[in-house]
Amino acid sequence: MARFLVKFLRDRCKACELCISVCPKQILEIETDLYNKKGYHPARVQPGKDDECIGCTSCATICPDSVISVFDTTKE
Amino acid sequence: MAERVLMKGNEAFAEAAIRGGCRFYVGYPITPQSEIPEFMSHELPKRGGTFIQAESELGTINMSYGIGCAGGNVFISSASPGIALMQEGFSFLCSAEVPLVAMNVSRSGAGIGGIQPGQCDYNQVTRGGGNGDYHIPVFAPSTMQDAVDIIYESFEIADRYRNPVMILADGMMGQMMEPVVLPEPKTLYKDEADIANYKPWALTGSKGKANRNRIKSYHAHPAELEQYIDYLYEKYMRMEKELQRAESYHTDDAEIVFVAYGSMARIVREVLEVLRKDGIKAGMIRPISLWPFPTAPFEALNPEVTKVVISAEMSKGQMIPDIRLALKDRIPVKLFSRTGGIIPSTEEIVAFVKTLRKELK
Amino acid sequence: MKAIYQSTVGEGLTLTDTSYCPGCGHGIIHKLVMESIAELGKLGETIGVSPIGCSVVAHEYMNVEMCEAAHGRAPAVATGIKRVHPNHIVFSYQGDGDLASIGMTEIVHAAMRGEKFTTFFVNNAIYGMTGGQMAPTTLLGQKSTTSIDGRKKEISGMPIRVSELLATIDGAVYVERVAVNTPANVRKAKQAIKRALDVQQRKLGFSFVEFLSSCPTNWGLTPVNALKWVGEHMIPYYPLGIFKQPEEEK
Repeated sequence: MARFLVKFLRDRCKACELCISVCPKQILEIETDLYNKKGYHPARVQPGKDDECIGCTSCATICPDSVISVFDTTKE
Repeated sequence: MAERVLMKGNEAFAEAAIRGGCRFYVGYPITPQSEIPEFMSHELPKRGGTFIQAESELGTINMSYGIGCAGGNVFISSASPGIALMQEGFSFLCSAEVPLVAMNVSRSGAGIGGIQPGQCDYNQVTRGGGNGDYHIPVFAPSTMQDAVDIIYESFEIADRYRNPVMILADGMMGQMMEPVVLPEPKTLYKDEADIANYKPWALTGSKGKANRNRIKSYHAHPAELEQYIDYLYEKYMRMEKELQRAESYHTDDAEIVFVAYGSMARIVREVLEVLRKDGIKAGMIRPISLWPFPTAPFEALNPEVTKVVISAEMSKGQMIPDIRLALKDRIPVKLFSRTGGIIPSTEEIVAFVKTLRKELK
Repeated sequence: MKAIYQSTVGEGLTLTDTSYCPGCGHGIIHKLVMESIAELGKLGETIGVSPIGCSVVAHEYMNVEMCEAAHGRAPAVATGIKRVHPNHIVFSYQGDGDLASIGMTEIVHAAMRGEKFTTFFVNNAIYGMTGGQMAPTTLLGQKSTTSIDGRKKEISGMPIRVSELLATIDGAVYVERVAVNTPANVRKAKQAIKRALDVQQRKLGFSFVEFLSSCPTNWGLTPVNALKWVGEHMIPYYPLGIFKQPEEEK
């Protein structure tokens, strides 16, 4: 189980890709085979790359639509 | 208790506003109404109210919108060109349903014009100089006591309809001194913390409310805006029914009926007496509400009795269209007008009537 | 499981999706302002004023009581509101066309009077809502629909630095310029918002935060390149930093 969990309110995402551009580990991507409610392809953690997340929250910080929340699964 | 005092018009207007429940005043210097901000600057704070001198009339109308949104009872005043600058604001307040009491102590001429009295803002205040479909009730006091009583009542009218209310006076009324009876001070809400109870729609913070209040003017969707405009028009039609006010003097047997408001009406009352002594049956309809224009007194005129109606104005016939509409052209309408700040004399109007009667024979 | 960054949707921000373009800086700034107010526990005692511009609809997204203001007049409106409710947090949120063009008199005089509200000024160097015209903050040589060959000094003068201008006014007690082009700068921007709100709550005078922000659509850039443009072109002309702060803070 990866230490950090990055959750996306996918229907709010507008695929602006800012989160992807600022992720220091470059583990985010656009999910091209899914459309959200607004017709955008939402962002997500690349499948299998969850454990590479270092919990820096840069993605959530830069997101213009408050799509992203980041959790530390080892803490209460 | 009610007090009888000798006061200058502008100061009486301000005092009446304070007694009528005004807790905020915003203004800007402009002749002939500057005594109002002057008076408010030292009197309002003494009564627990707030005075703000704005950066301009644009600042004035927008600050008063903010105060109105927040539920404060606010009074503003200016004169003709200053009122012109506020027109976008009036349209905005109507679109957002924000109450306000505004006073125009009007002067003469277009543009800068002159600083003496005039009545040439009639079209602007009754038709509205702002954009869009909206209306503002306009009351035109004639004596200073009229003005005090109307201003005193106007805050409740503005709150009742959640709409601006305009009081149209002129420089003569503002600058002259006259004894007036000042009514009992009224409190519309205990203090600003109490506003949410008095005006549940006002912006007082969402704490303790099921839903947060918002006040807006922009409507992105045409269907929603049309529906909203229809809703506002139900309100304007209510105003049109409920706020028509006028006084008639000796119109039943009058062959000549003057129509005059404000300072002009005072002069015409004297003219009636002189003419009656000369055996000329003259009367007057004095509109008190200019919008909604009072139609009833005009409908009551009988063309068999009244041969001519004279619109007596310190403007170039701006009231005539409303008079003709109310009369449905059943009686010819003539104009008696002086402008530029000239205030006509009784004799001058009497002479006008006499020459007019010769022409009509 | 502990949230180390919790989206403020449903708390500081409403559930309504914003109408802003993908990557627009408004979204970042809305989020920061509302996170800050939520963290102060003051959502229920805040009243905001939105401008005429893309963010005229800010009240659809900011979960506080708000009103709209006529173009450029938000500082006058906020003045009125703050005078009625002196203990509430009051802010105006304005773009560069709204504040630095038609509204320049209102912002300068609100600062002069030392009105105790906070203005959040979004400088994206263009008129967004109306489709990309030149704004007072449009950079020299920057293209817009009313400066298609780039802004020229001889006919349109130089871009105006609002923070420096307001910092000369005694009543402006706190003036800072920040940017939202990188996560690090976004975090600093949030600290600036908190400082400004603190100045307001301590009733020290007028507080002002200018945000260098992006307009991908009207700049004709992708959201990522637009934020790069902020860093490469706007920050050099509009230096970041605190231009005014209360005495004891120094």
